[in-house]
Order: sequence, then C-alpha cells, then structure tokens
Amino acid sequence: MLRWLTSPATETQVTHGQRAWLYVFAVIVMVLLVVPTLIVVPMSFSDSQYLEFPPEVWSTRWYQHYFGSAEWMLATRTSFKVAFLTMIVATPVGVLAAYGLHASKIRFVRAAFVLMITPMMVPLVLVAIGAFYAYVQLKILYTITGLVLAHTVLALPLVVIVTGAALKSYDMAQEEAARSLGAPRWKAFLTVTLPQIRFAVITGALLAFLTSFDEVVVAMFISGGDNPTLTRNMFNALRDQIDPTIASISTIMVLVTTVMMLLAQLFGQKK
Amino acid sequence: MGAARINEAGLRRDERLERLKLFGLSSPAILLILVILVLPVGWLFYVSFIGADGSFSLENYERMLKRKSYARIFRTTFEVSFLTTGLCILIGYPLAYFISQLPNRLANLCLITVLLPFWTSLLVRTYAWLVLLQKQGLVNDWAISLGLWEEPVKMVHNMTGNLIGMVHIMLPFLILPVYGAMRAISRDYMKAASNLGAGPVRAFWTVFFPLSLPGLFAGSLMVFILCLGFFVTPAVLGGGKVIMVSMQIVSNIELFVNWGAASALGVVLLVMTFAILWVASRFLRLEQMTGGGGH
Repeated sequence: MLRWLTSPATETQVTHGQRAWLYVFAVIVMVLLVVPTLIVVPMSFSDSQYLEFPPEVWSTRWYQHYFGSAEWMLATRTSFKVAFLTMIVATPVGVLAAYGLHASKIRFVRAAFVLMITPMMVPLVLVAIGAFYAYVQLKILYTITGLVLAHTVLALPLVVIVTGAALKSYDMAQEEAARSLGAPRWKAFLTVTLPQIRFAVITGALLAFLTSFDEVVVAMFISGGDNPTLTRNMFNALRDQIDPTIASISTIMVLVTTVMMLLAQLFGQKK
Repeated sequence: MGAARINEAGLRRDERLERLKLFGLSSPAILLILVILVLPVGWLFYVSFIGADGSFSLENYERMLKRKSYARIFRTTFEVSFLTTGLCILIGYPLAYFISQLPNRLANLCLITVLLPFWTSLLVRTYAWLVLLQKQGLVNDWAISLGLWEEPVKMVHNMTGNLIGMVHIMLPFLILPVYGAMRAISRDYMKAASNLGAGPVRAFWTVFFPLSLPGLFAGSLMVFILCLGFFVTPAVLGGGKVIMVSMQIVSNIELFVNWGAASALGVVLLVMTFAILWVASRFLRLEQMTGGGGH
C-alpha cells in the first residue's frame, strides 16, 4: 500500500499519495451521482408516508396503490405506446436523414444538419407551447398521433447524430462496390451499409424510446384527456405534495432505463 | 469534341440530380421538424407582436422592460445558469480527469456512474432530491445524527435545493464531452513536457489543460444552454421561490392564458439561446457539443 502511494501515477511523476485528494473527491462525486438516481428503489418499498431509508417496515403498498389505480395504469399504457411508436417512426426517418446528409455532398447539407439538431437547442417550453397551438388547429391535441409526432421531432437529433457518427467511420466504397456489381442503391444500403452501422441504429432507436418515455414538458401540454403520459401525471402529482406512489413509479422508470441500457450494451456496442 | 463536352455536362447534371435525390432522403425529417417545430415557433414570433386589441404592437416587449418582476426573472435565470455551469465545471472537470487517466476497463466502469444518471429520467432524479432534501428527509436525518446541525434545515423549495438538483442533472452533460477531449490527449505530451523540465503543475496548466479546453467549452455551453430553458427541476425543487423564464412562460399560458406575453418571453429566450450558440459556433463545431449524446 505504501509503495503504491509513493509510486508515480502520472507521466509527470506525481505519486498516488500526492493526489489522493483527487481519488477521494472522485469517489465522493461518483457516489453522489449514482445514489440519488437509485435511492428511490429501496425507498419505494417503505411502508411509511415519509419514505424512510432504510425502510423500517418493508411493504409493497405503494406498488399496490399504483397497480390498483386505473388512472396510473392508463398513463403507463400511454407512455409505453407513445415511446414505442416514437422509436418506430424516429429510427427510420432519422437513419434515412443521416444517410441522405452523409451521401449527398451538396451545399445545403451543413444547414440541414443544423436544422436537424435544432430540436435539441430550442427550449422545450417553446416546443411545447408551439405544438400545443399547432395541435389545436390540426385537431390532434391529446392524441397519440400528436404525441408521437412531437416526440419524434425531439428524438430525431439523437438518431441523426448517432447514425451520422457511425456513417463517418464507415467506408462508403463498400456500398459503391455493391452498386457497381449491379445492386440498386436501396439494396446496397440494406444489405451492405445497414448491417455495418446496425449498432448505432439500435442505440439510436433505444435513445428515441427513452427520449419519449422520459419527456415531461411537451407531454404536459399536449398529452391529457384519454391519453395522459406517465411523466405528465407524475409532474402534476409532484407539484401538489410528495406522494409516495411516485417512488414506486420512479422505480419502474429506473427499471425501464436499466433494461434499455443493458440492451444497448448487448446489441448497441461493437465487440 | 462537342459531343464530349455535352457528355461531360450531362454527367455532371446526372451527378447533381443524384445528390439532390440523396438529399431528398432527409426530407421526411426536415418536413417533420418544419411542421411540428419551426412553423409553430414562427407563429409564436408573430403572436408576440400582437397586442391585446389584436393589432400590431410592441406592448408585450414593453411590458417586459417596464415590469420589475420580469427583470428579476431574467436575473434569476442567468444566476441559476451561471452558478450551475460553474459548479458543474468545478465538480465535473476533476472527475473527468480522474476517469480519463484510468486504464480502459476501470474507466468504463467509472463511466457507468456518469451514464446511469444521464439515461435516467430527470423527473425521477428531481423527485429523488425532493425526497432526500425535505425536512424529514435522509440528508437532514443523517446530518443531525452526525451532529452537523441540530434542527432540520430547509434545503428544498428554495434556491439551494434547486441548485443541488440542477447540478446533479447537468453534470453528465459536462463530464462526457470533457472526458472525450481528455481521452484524446496523447500521454506522450505530458511525458515530453516533463522531460523538458516542466513540473507537474506547469505541465498540467500549459499542456494538458489547454488541450482539454474544447471539450470543457463544449460541455459548459451545453449545460448553460440547457439551464437557460430549464423547467422541471426549478418548478419542483424551487418551490415557487426560484422563477425562471420558462416557468413564467408556462404560468402566462396556464394561469393567465396570455399568449402574447408568453410568446414574447419565449422569443427573448430563443434569441438569447441562439445568439449564444451562434457566437460559440464560431469557435467550435456544434457536433462537439453533442458528442456526449449516447456514447
């Protein structure tokens, strides 16, 4: 241990002992990053109104409350439906766009790319009230269609960025080879290019799902009626009081995120 | 000779057509963004110039200049954004440095602690802080049992709680680009600096730090921009005491149904955001900012 402390840790011969403060600091920060993310999980099994940690009496009463509530179940179904449909729409649209921008080297590509990532830059509140107004005119307020369209716009930048990055490190000459051997462009793309960028496409799809599933501000305005999302109801409940049911719902959301992350690790990463 | 030239022009035209067709593949995405985002926001621009009587007027903007409450809201917004960005730099930069110096395997393991909150719903994390920081919450309980303070301290529904929550939510946005930039710095540079006689401190500040700046700049910019338009966390953890621009926009619509006032605020927020981005884009590529997304 002592030898480790006095051994150089960097190219500039700073020893581990001399920068022990950095290690302590880093560990504290990492703990502070993770703990508040995960602490709702054990807390949600507390029997008390105040969500003790560690729970004195363990119970599943907040889960029973959640699963027994028609309102929460409706919201859960809406959220899953919208997130799934957003993934189904945003992924092909985003991949096509990324491919189009990558392959055509015309002047507007730069401007089009900037347009593609604007949904990330525009404050969400503006997207929300803009969509709210537009949806009243289009008569798609509080509909699944409207939610999916808005969430697709929010998810597109992620799909385009992730797919675009993969295309940059992909050698287009392979696709050209397939085409010179007689394959039409779409076939060359589907059989040669797509399989090689599939990891990025899967990551993009999972990100699209999560973007929609976790989105609050836009959903606050354009979801409701027969189609409220989980996040919208959670936010409204949070504004009133600290309802422990939210802890059980949060746990389920953390679970969904974890599953998505694991899927991304399994399928979304090159070995 | 003439035939060859026609041929050449024809080929070039074909190529241009082909490129246009390829560009056309992005049209569904462009169309969606235009219809769902750009047009409605453009309409908000228009509405912001319409007065209460329905004619063109600047009253929505005049009100913003005249009323003290609006000045306070903008000051709060910038205060929160600067403080959050500053704290994120102070906390995130050392952590990114720490992780970037680790061997691959360990670094990936540590990165999970950054990616896990990054992927988790910000509403869930905001809620967690609400539970942790409340009077009967864990932080107060532990601090009292450790003897740090005697009475439960009010840490939520005020600026403190809001800042804690926002820093926690924004940290990954700062750490990921900084980490990316640091990872790309060759270790040989530091070795060279050391060989040439620079001490560790000098080598760090004259070699390593400048090379990590693009990442730090990109990350801070992303955090600042996101903070300017932030809504959920201040609305929940600020408890009505921290009112930021986006919250005022929402209450202008939800409570007062005043689209003119809301739109004018929105326009100012949007113009500020894009002005900052425009200035920044002269120093760095926008792609760098989003380098953290999903990797």
